[in-house]
Amino acid sequence: MSSFSDRLLGRVRLGGLLAVAAPLLAIVFAGLVTSLILALTGNPPLETMKLLADYGAQSRTIVMIINLATTYYISALAVAIGFRMNLFNIGVDGQYRLAALIAAAVGGALVLPAPLHVGVTILVAVAVGGIWASIAGLLKVTRGVSEVISTIMLNAIATGVGAWLLTTDRLAVAVSGSNNIGTKPIPPSGQFPGFSLIPGTQAQVFGFVVIAALLGIGYHVLFNRTRFGFDLRATGKSESAAIASGVNVKKMVLLTMIISGAVAGLVGMPQLLGASYSYSLDFPPGLGFTGIAIALLGRNNPVGIAIGALLWSFLDNSSDILDLEGIPKEIVIIMQGTIVLSVIVAYELVHRYRLAAEQRRVSRELSTNAPAPLEGAAA
Amino acid sequence: MLRTHAGKLAATTAVGAMLMAAAACGGSSDTGTATSAPAASSASSAAPTGPKVGLAYDIGGRGDQSFNDAAAAGLEKAKSELSLADTKELEAGSGETGAQKEQRLRLLAQGGYNPVIAVGFAYSEAIKKVAKEFPDTKFAIIDDAAEGPNISNLVFAENEGSFLVGAVAALKTKKDHIGFVGGVQVPLIKKFEVGFTRGAQAVKPDIKIDVKYLTQPPDFGGFNDPAKGKTAAEGMYDAGADIVYQAAGGSGGGVFEAAKAAKGFAIGVDSDQALTADEGVRSVILTSMLKKVDVAVFDFLKSYTDGTVQAGVKVYDLKAGGVDFSTTGGQVDDVKNKVDEYKQKIIDGTIKVPAE
Repeated sequence: MSSFSDRLLGRVRLGGLLAVAAPLLAIVFAGLVTSLILALTGNPPLETMKLLADYGAQSRTIVMIINLATTYYISALAVAIGFRMNLFNIGVDGQYRLAALIAAAVGGALVLPAPLHVGVTILVAVAVGGIWASIAGLLKVTRGVSEVISTIMLNAIATGVGAWLLTTDRLAVAVSGSNNIGTKPIPPSGQFPGFSLIPGTQAQVFGFVVIAALLGIGYHVLFNRTRFGFDLRATGKSESAAIASGVNVKKMVLLTMIISGAVAGLVGMPQLLGASYSYSLDFPPGLGFTGIAIALLGRNNPVGIAIGALLWSFLDNSSDILDLEGIPKEIVIIMQGTIVLSVIVAYELVHRYRLAAEQRRVSRELSTNAPAPLEGAAA
Repeated sequence: MLRTHAGKLAATTAVGAMLMAAAACGGSSDTGTATSAPAASSASSAAPTGPKVGLAYDIGGRGDQSFNDAAAAGLEKAKSELSLADTKELEAGSGETGAQKEQRLRLLAQGGYNPVIAVGFAYSEAIKKVAKEFPDTKFAIIDDAAEGPNISNLVFAENEGSFLVGAVAALKTKKDHIGFVGGVQVPLIKKFEVGFTRGAQAVKPDIKIDVKYLTQPPDFGGFNDPAKGKTAAEGMYDAGADIVYQAAGGSGGGVFEAAKAAKGFAIGVDSDQALTADEGVRSVILTSMLKKVDVAVFDFLKSYTDGTVQAGVKVYDLKAGGVDFSTTGGQVDDVKNKVDEYKQKIIDGTIKVPAE
């Protein structure tokens, strides 16, 4: 029998119709609860939904949704890698912030031809993210420190280190005439070009969306087509069984943490190389925590995460249109929370339904084929 | 153990969700009655004579008793005196990207709001881009010098105002020991600290000054966390300081509480906090460094209705009356003349107050 956390993290698959039933149930749940809240706060649910849909269908909004979703997708993948083997990497937030800051500083200081410049900047980010995450991994395998605790603390330390580095004495330069400070802007050779994907707007989609898609494919291949992925999933399901079959669990923990951190290092890259070109005081924080919610929403499945990231990004980008129409924008946060809860609850209900149905089927077969010779065999 | 715990959790969540779902079925009939309310209120707006004004706050928005509220006060004043047709105030969410800030300004401009005012330096990059897309809309940004032919910059000499309250603190302290609590360690707040330090040292070169920032970027929670403000100030009073200056936005309330508990004094910021802070703590506020964001916002809107908007930087310093110290409550009457001397010296340029 599977445990709740196994089912929560999508390690147990649903087959056939049930696989469709769970997300449908979740959507109905979330829709009902959100409508109720809207109605209770005096806003017409249907018109609000229509407002959101109309706004979401505009060309520029679509571009914004894709761009933000790119960032969310990478963040959720980083979290999901840990989830697949029961590692809760809460530290994606600190990992990406530190990685983005140092990569921005390196990218701003370098003079290199275009593809190389981008490549080096990305490599720096990946390395910093991986190294920062490896601290938590090392603490876990050598001292048995829970990665939940150590990564949360490392987030705080990353904030401190980042603030220390981002001063005009070190990595930052004052943005002229502004109260903002940031790293030296990355020159055009180090920027990741975007492209016009959506007609009807000049806004460009981040080129990084391609990298994000490749990461998703890589994630799928790594977990389903490699020995490493098998070992990793095995360790996640049962550590003792993995040890018995010759898996070096400590090595797996450390490696997984490093890979998760390396992917986390990329989280800030779409924004850094595609939009801001500098890490300044207003670089978006908190993306790592959004990633946790989306990984849960997507049930650690690369396609599920993509859908979750797009949905989340759509809601985030829509908050202002609600605000403009006099509907409190906090509704969006309530919706996001409701959706995560609905997904968890819906899948749990479907899993339980499946278990109960299976038990009924087994007992039926037992009673028809051969009357149970021993009392209690069916229970 | 973990498994049973998780199982319980699952059961509780499932039950909770089913309750919610059940409630949803019962509640859906309310929809009809609820819809009419917002529609009615939006239709009953006053006859549109003046401009439609859009205002975009940074994180925190209205209710911080300090910076954002000062901007809101300017808007309120304009609403009643300039007969604005409509106003719209939007607020930033936490953890958003520059693109979302841009979109907020863009939505306001698209919605026909003109002029559009951005509160806070975080809108610097966003306003540059959006102002280009809407050349016929007038934009203003507070605390930032982002350039554009249709951008007015309302910036303040916080260092000069802080110099004056620094002098007040040094003149009033009995222990030659004072403190400074900054909300978030950013260059803007550093300006307050430097001015305060210089002002205090101008009076008493050997004065002891404790300095503490509540958070460091990207954690901007220090502007909105009274508990942190209280702890930091308590530490300073315990260490022997008797006057603490806070430049911490919404966290300032905690500093006042700590001052009251320690029978010490505090200095307010941005608004005249002896009038705006919670009533119980007003007695501990010696003076406040006034940063007249309300005046700047009102002036800008007035110039818009008069048709005299000027792009570029307008500095609200001591000379322009954009910063000052308050005398509400009469606790600084004995040193007022002395501080006014410093004020005059800064205005005529004999004293130069550095910004960093």
